[in-house]
Amino acid sequence: MEQAGDPIVIEQIHKSFADQKVLNGITLRVSAGETVAVLGRSGTGKSVLLKLMIRLLPIDSGSVCITGEEINALNEHELYEIRKKVGFLFQQAALYDSLTVRENVSFPLARHVKQMTAAERDCQVRELLASVEMDRDLDKLPSQISGGMQKRVGLARALVLNPEVLLFDEPTAGLDPITANEISNLILELKKKRKMTALVVTHDIRAAKLFADRLVFLREGTVIAEGTFADLQKSRDQFVRRFLSEDDS
Amino acid sequence: MPRTNESLVELTDSIHGSTAGVSIRNSVALTRNLVVSTFEWFGELGLFCVRLLRAALTPPYQVAELLRQCDEIGSKSLPLVALAGAATGIVLSLQTRASLIQFGAKSLLPSVIVFSIIKESGPVITALVVSGRVGAGIGAELGSMKVTEQIDAMEASAVDPFQYLAATRVLACILMLPLLTVASNFSGILMGWMATTLAEPISLRLFLLNGFKGALFSDFVPPILKTAVFGLIIGTVACFQGMRTKGGTEGVGRSATSSVVLASLFVILADVILVRLILTIWG
Repeated sequence: MEQAGDPIVIEQIHKSFADQKVLNGITLRVSAGETVAVLGRSGTGKSVLLKLMIRLLPIDSGSVCITGEEINALNEHELYEIRKKVGFLFQQAALYDSLTVRENVSFPLARHVKQMTAAERDCQVRELLASVEMDRDLDKLPSQISGGMQKRVGLARALVLNPEVLLFDEPTAGLDPITANEISNLILELKKKRKMTALVVTHDIRAAKLFADRLVFLREGTVIAEGTFADLQKSRDQFVRRFLSEDDS
Repeated sequence: MPRTNESLVELTDSIHGSTAGVSIRNSVALTRNLVVSTFEWFGELGLFCVRLLRAALTPPYQVAELLRQCDEIGSKSLPLVALAGAATGIVLSLQTRASLIQFGAKSLLPSVIVFSIIKESGPVITALVVSGRVGAGIGAELGSMKVTEQIDAMEASAVDPFQYLAATRVLACILMLPLLTVASNFSGILMGWMATTLAEPISLRLFLLNGFKGALFSDFVPPILKTAVFGLIIGTVACFQGMRTKGGTEGVGRSATSSVVLASLFVILADVILVRLILTIWG
């Protein structure tokens, strides 16, 4: 499955905060059109891994290539160009709380697609919000909608620039099982429709099973196992077996 | 720990027992941490200013957001600033009247009020009021955006938060402070006249003629322009404190408080330097 031009290539990255080592030599590739779920217990550096990928945090050592560009070697302008190719869904959605749902989604569009008229922009935003079933709450503020709805809007905002790569940080965390399932199905639908390349950090094994082509398990900052769900079911590693058994419970 | 400190601790241990030694050791460590964190703070502020300057000078310019911030900082601070100016005018009239009568210089009252307000009280009181209202607002808003990952989300959307959030707020503070000072001065002089005329009737025209007698261009412009520097200080300190917030809602509260405290402190210190500078240049 690995190819030279993989959109996400992570090699031997290390990250520490003060004396605490969070990532200890992670190597990972995601092929074009592939969805990979990174699983692990809370505090194992999964979210840190995503933030390192677009340099929201500096990498201590190692390299991250997104769409063929080495992130660490880019200047600020080049980095922003790469970030336009990456959609990021944050764990708590991170919607701008002073902007409405419509303004949140159109925010990147208004700043990066200058040739678009306001009407065209509004049309695209509506269309996108309709695809995540949020077109009836366009003028509401983030504080006026539920957590699940915020995730949907966050998803629409992540997709608005038609990114080549999508990064999801715990897309189902903090949601009730029904809403979590709806979000998982939405990701699955997007995957089929857009054939997107995505890295999803989660500890929700059921969601991962639904939309991920491949699973990667992290423990103590290192990759301990990776493969398809079926492959990993045969794993002898106790940690992996315990994690996968959550799907049966 | 440096050798001299160790020797001091050992010496104190031998004289007063180990408790005094521990106390000195703690004090030394505390002082060292304070000095290091102060230098770190100034270092980070320096880096922040460099990045802010670069963001402010690099296109695209966030004109719409700048205008929104001018409204937020300017028009919404206007009632408070006008009220503070009015209170200053009234107090100046009440306080100086008695003293001037004592010295037989009652006719100087309009000049004292006008010059006190225009040269010092107007600019400083406006800056302190804005640093309280706007400094706390910016510190809390950006702090909240930081802890809820909204600033990260902005960066992830390839929008520079220094350009969109910080540069616009700092520039709005720089532009609005002189205008607010003019409003505060106007309100102070007007209320100073009202307070004076209540004690002893005097027409507004005569009050202003007496008040502005002998006044030069250099008496008005430099004090008003110095408030642009106060605006720079308030905006920069508040944005800096807000954007380095850590530790959830408690951290947001800390950022709001420290924004006000530090901005007010630096405004007062800057005033000393600017007054000296103005006197050197314009005499």
